[in-house]
Amino acid sequence: MPKDTGIGASPKRREDVRFLTGKGRYTDDINLAGQAHVVFLRSDVAHGRITSIDTGAAEAMEGVIRVFTGEDFAEVGGIPCGWQITSIDGSVMQEPKHPVLAHGKVRHVGDPIAAVVAETRDQAKDACEAIEVEIESLPAVIDMKAAVKPGAPKVHDELAGNLCYDWGLVQENKEAVDRAISAAAHVTTLELVNNRLIANPMEPRVAVGDYTSHDDHSTLYTTSQNPHVIRLLMGAFVLGIPEHKLRVVAPDVGGGFGTKIFHYAEEAFCTFAAKALERPVKWTSSRSEAFMSDAHGRDHVTKIELALDAEHNFTALRTETYANMGAYLSTFAPSVPTWLHGTLMAGNYKTPLIYVNVKAVFTNTVPVDAYRGAGRPEATFQLERVVDKAARELGVDPVELRRKNFITEFPYATPVAVEYDTGDYHATMDKLLELIDRDGFPARRAGSEARGKLRGLGINSYIEACGIAPSHLVGQLGARAGLYESATVRVNATGGLVVMTGSHSHGQGHETSFPQVVADMIGIPEDQVEIVHGDTDKVPMGMGTYGSRSLAVGGSAIYRATEKVIAKAKKIAAHIMEASDEDIELKDGKFTVAGTDKSVAWGDVTLAAYVPHNYPLEDIEPGLEETAFYDPNNFTYPSGAYACEVEVDPETGKVEVLAFAAADDFGNVVNPMIVEGQVHGGLAQGIGQALLESCAYDADGQLLSASYMDYAMPRAHDFPMFAVDSSCRTPCTHNPLGVKGCGEAGAIGSPPSVVNAVIDALASGGHDVGHIDMPLTPARVWHAMHGGTPNQRAAQPAAHSEETTHDRSVAGAATNV
Amino acid sequence: MYDFELVKPASLQEAIEAMQAEDAQALGGGQTLLPTMKARLAMADTLVALSAIEEIKGICTDDDGRLCIGGGTTHAMVQRDCAESFPALASLAGRIGDPAVRNRGTIGGSLANNDPSACYPAAALACNATIVTQNREIAADDYFLGMFTTALEEREIVTEVRFPVPEAAHYEKFIQPASRFPLVAVFVAKYSDAVRVAVTGASSDGVFRWNEAEAALSGNFSEDAVKGLSAPDADGMISDLHGDGAYRAHLVKVMCARAVKACA
Ligand SMILES: Cc1cc2nc3c(=O)[nH]c(=O)nc-3n(C[C@H](O)[C@H](O)[C@H](O)COP(=O)(O)OP(=O)(O)OC[C@H]3O[C@@H](n4cnc5c(N)ncnc54)[C@H](O)[C@@H]3O)c2cc1C
Repeated sequence: MPKDTGIGASPKRREDVRFLTGKGRYTDDINLAGQAHVVFLRSDVAHGRITSIDTGAAEAMEGVIRVFTGEDFAEVGGIPCGWQITSIDGSVMQEPKHPVLAHGKVRHVGDPIAAVVAETRDQAKDACEAIEVEIESLPAVIDMKAAVKPGAPKVHDELAGNLCYDWGLVQENKEAVDRAISAAAHVTTLELVNNRLIANPMEPRVAVGDYTSHDDHSTLYTTSQNPHVIRLLMGAFVLGIPEHKLRVVAPDVGGGFGTKIFHYAEEAFCTFAAKALERPVKWTSSRSEAFMSDAHGRDHVTKIELALDAEHNFTALRTETYANMGAYLSTFAPSVPTWLHGTLMAGNYKTPLIYVNVKAVFTNTVPVDAYRGAGRPEATFQLERVVDKAARELGVDPVELRRKNFITEFPYATPVAVEYDTGDYHATMDKLLELIDRDGFPARRAGSEARGKLRGLGINSYIEACGIAPSHLVGQLGARAGLYESATVRVNATGGLVVMTGSHSHGQGHETSFPQVVADMIGIPEDQVEIVHGDTDKVPMGMGTYGSRSLAVGGSAIYRATEKVIAKAKKIAAHIMEASDEDIELKDGKFTVAGTDKSVAWGDVTLAAYVPHNYPLEDIEPGLEETAFYDPNNFTYPSGAYACEVEVDPETGKVEVLAFAAADDFGNVVNPMIVEGQVHGGLAQGIGQALLESCAYDADGQLLSASYMDYAMPRAHDFPMFAVDSSCRTPCTHNPLGVKGCGEAGAIGSPPSVVNAVIDALASGGHDVGHIDMPLTPARVWHAMHGGTPNQRAAQPAAHSEETTHDRSVAGAATNV
Repeated sequence: MYDFELVKPASLQEAIEAMQAEDAQALGGGQTLLPTMKARLAMADTLVALSAIEEIKGICTDDDGRLCIGGGTTHAMVQRDCAESFPALASLAGRIGDPAVRNRGTIGGSLANNDPSACYPAAALACNATIVTQNREIAADDYFLGMFTTALEEREIVTEVRFPVPEAAHYEKFIQPASRFPLVAVFVAKYSDAVRVAVTGASSDGVFRWNEAEAALSGNFSEDAVKGLSAPDADGMISDLHGDGAYRAHLVKVMCARAVKACA
């Protein structure tokens, strides 16, 4: 019987009522008395030296309050980076200053040069056009491999070059890996690109800065996934505002996907300007601005080599990745290609020797940082593609090759520094084959062939790591933040609860799932529990939501705080019932004394806590409110198997996704409906990456996909109904809920399924195509089928340097050949 | 958006007068013009909205049997009202954008704009429709002068478009995945005396007739006749993120063959 309440039930999302009826309160809905508006003048060249800025005419225009330039920020700090990586040679990464407004040079199209604050937005826009800026154009650094060659133009003049860091994992294993690869019976090599993406949350970024002089307090309302992190970074590192004088509020947020984790210049600007002008200052990003100022995602260029012995056991794996940082280091950018990517290279397999090398490179493009999956999709994609390619080269069943190499004993310490606690990869694979009806595939393929279409089935496994932790370890790895989560559970006198969580909901459904946990523990209805989040003045210091950590880490903090509440409530109940603490049981909202028929209701105990007339004041304090900070002692490791079935139109190269199945192991599941929704969303983004989405620059650093006319967002009709299952469960062994996290799995596991399926379809038509870079647009597939460079060099005349077609993952096409 | 005056005349005569104002521009459904203005890529002192002029809206048949569509007729109206009289055109209109776009965008606006990837120009050229303005009648063969360029003079308003209805016709559209405009689309129109084939989305000169296909199909109206041709020259084809010239040229042939097949 499906439950209808508590953990495991699927109540409808309570927040959807306000979202779906237009009653959400987003940052842009906040309008303060006396508010002024800022519009940023952004660079339209990728790289150049600012030789002069004349703001005189703009300042004289109607409604203009003040025009700011980089000079105005000379006294404040740059936008900080929250993670430091150490290179193979022991040196720390190169970390350039990231000024709030460009100073001296512009370094990407969209880099803010000046900011006009005016009474209205239109006045600010008009004045922006009146600013006279002279920029001496410099050669743009776009191609990553060219960027690290000696003599290449430098994005940052003060740095030694464009290489941010050169990182290895595990360096001591490198020689052994090299030897194993030389000695292998078979080596499969693949060069590929993980295409650059733009997150495109439905709500663009917005910031409203406010300052009250009577108490010298600053407030920032912002579209953020982690308001406390913004308060710390902006307060301490940029503006020098102590945390007790600064409040950051992230109200309803309309999607984040990673891109709203980071601290952005516009937030610092609005907070700074509000104080300077003593007026609230609001910025609302236009969609066009979002394309060139929201941090982008992915953008790796990788060479991967998989070595196998004669029995097809994986013996070694070696990868070399160029990871694009863009023009500046965004908040967590350095961690994504390293600790969130290299550590996942073992995948689901017991490959004994692995070496990962990552070179992070500065280019004249928008900064790149975490995007749904962050590092793990890049790891999964290359691994699951190379395994598929190996199976094809060896003429063996790709599923059997995977099964043969699956890790089956847990805990399992990988050769890339992490330890998987639990998992059952055969179980999810079994489930998957059932969901996708693999046995029926040959008949379906024959049906497609009869209609002149090529049908393919792509299958892969994935593993990922959620709830990045523990803090002492990530500190050693370079994190400049802790990675715990906080919760305060406040019980009111009449028995209702308010849970103040450091997690932040921007679509995840916390207001529904978190109460399920608390209500289940106490045995009261879920509507007795209210969730408060997103305001640094209301909730304890929290780290926010990313990396699928909300339930595994934030939920565990709530669990721990609720445990403390229950322990105290039991003491009160024991006092009321004149029994001993240890004999008190709590069930269905009622305290009982074991072995007796005595009972006292939850509400009577909570009332006693605040009206302590009959109360053990000598032992415990009045009140019923507890806080917990939960710091996990490991990541959690969701895993699973995904399958995609496609049909390719050989005349046009168009790929249609006919079926997609996902068998996930998320450990215990609190709300199966929400989990299914999260997987659906992740799949849409993963399949979108594989088939549609591409952020492309030309050789001059102009953003070619700068609007929805060219950036293809997936839509519902691009997908079939997904078959999603999370019934295979190996609970996490180290958090109290046994949960693993489900927010990113869909985006992590699905791109290789799609590409594997297309390669399979083409092979069935006699087209031996090793690989096609994402997105698999009709043109790319068609060119690949006709022997054109699969990476569509033909359509991307500006795309390649002389070295390989893979030099520039972001390369697009010139408008005319 | 820059400031502008909006006038909304109720008759064509008033619109013609309003268009005499300096820097006046016609506003059809606004589905192209307004986004461009919002991005500050276009400006006008006066916008003359055509949407209240009943006399340039609606569909009828003239004495020569031509289908006459008012210049202010929305895509949604064409989709609905031409379903029987000219199904290929109705189906073209029904695949433009989404319902919101179709309920506002107009045939006059589409033909005046002549986007190289727009749908209506292919239908108008394949049918050699007559584009009617307050001043004159222009044959489609003389109307399309290249990307975003037409024979229209300043202040000229498209009041009507007259289509000789073909015996058989089909519009085959291969969408550009981001914009959902045609990456390449082909309109094939078969008349008793001729076959005309118009291609949109492919050429940087805008909509064009594929003469080789027309010649081949006039003798043998079959898919095979198209398959026997080589694809048109890739030179001058649009090459962008979504496909290079060679791919577009190839698609012209594939779409044309499919359109012919669908006519049968
Ligand atoms: C999301 C989206 C998807 C779209 N997809 C497609 C598609 O797949 N295929 C396609 O063909 N189009 C597509 N369009 C464009 C759409 O068809 C427009 O409606 C059309 O191109 C312009 O018509 P309009 O009436 O909106 O003209 P407007 O935007 O009002 O005007 C366009 C231009 O024509 C002029 N003009 C307007 N009416 C007249 C007239 N009667 N006489 C003279 N000049 C006039 C204006 O002054 C302006 O220069 C799409 C648009 C959007 C927003």
